[in-house]
Amino acid sequence: MNSEYYISAFCNIKNNTISLNGTKVYSDENDEFSEFIKAAYKSFGTNYPKFFKMDTLSKLAFLAADVLLKSENFNGEEENDIAIVFSNKSSSLDTDRKHQKSIDNNEDYYPSPAIFVYTLPNICVGEISIKYKLFSENSFFIFDNFNAQHLLDYSNSLLSTGKTEKVLCGWVELNGNQYDAYLYLVSKTGTTTHNKENIIKFYNT
Amino acid sequence: METLKQELKENIVEQLNLEDIAVEDINDNDILFGDGLGLDSIDALELIVMLDKNYGIKLSDPKEGRAIFESIEVLAKYISEHRTK
Repeated sequence: MNSEYYISAFCNIKNNTISLNGTKVYSDENDEFSEFIKAAYKSFGTNYPKFFKMDTLSKLAFLAADVLLKSENFNGEEENDIAIVFSNKSSSLDTDRKHQKSIDNNEDYYPSPAIFVYTLPNICVGEISIKYKLFSENSFFIFDNFNAQHLLDYSNSLLSTGKTEKVLCGWVELNGNQYDAYLYLVSKTGTTTHNKENIIKFYNT
Repeated sequence: METLKQELKENIVEQLNLEDIAVEDINDNDILFGDGLGLDSIDALELIVMLDKNYGIKLSDPKEGRAIFESIEVLAKYISEHRTK
């Protein structure tokens, strides 16, 4: 089936490497995700202190989105009509565990508000929306595996029904030091057709 | 009191993840919220937990924090007068 939409850019973060449109833009050897993502963030020169307060899933999603949207000349200065459709397998489990640890012991019961507010996966969508002034549709789906067909159908529906001009979508999976982010921007103009084959091809880049 | 102030500055930088702010950059009378250190509402809740956990002070009304968290100077004075541990 032919699609009238296009993938205008994509970003992958995995195996200690950040790639933009298939080209490596950052890499280091740090095995600790929290250190890797912090060093990567600093290397791009973004001045957004709230980044350091985010949980690890939000940092992963935020940085992938930031690298991608900057490359497409978006900024947070004005409102952008971009919907967000994200997915992953582990939801917010990594942060849920940290919260659980803080409430396990009745004798030492001090849950952290700063951790608790991230015990939902779609909070990362909010972080990106705040930075880029996105007031459009957003969804976060949980799947056992990367589900290209669902992302394709859902984003095409948003575009064809006039809900949005563009869709930022993909997979942001994080569990401990295991992470895999793949975000791509679907637009009405471009050269790479938005179809299942291309979505999967770029995911495996 | 000076030891307590230093301890508070270190805890605030570490627990509130103020990555871009060094302990020595915080003056005793700097405003902590708004245009000062730029702390937000979640930071305020985190400070309330810190008061309870570290000093045994329970704030029943979060609005109390507005005055108590004005600066390191004010916070240290409040803690020294109300701490139970």
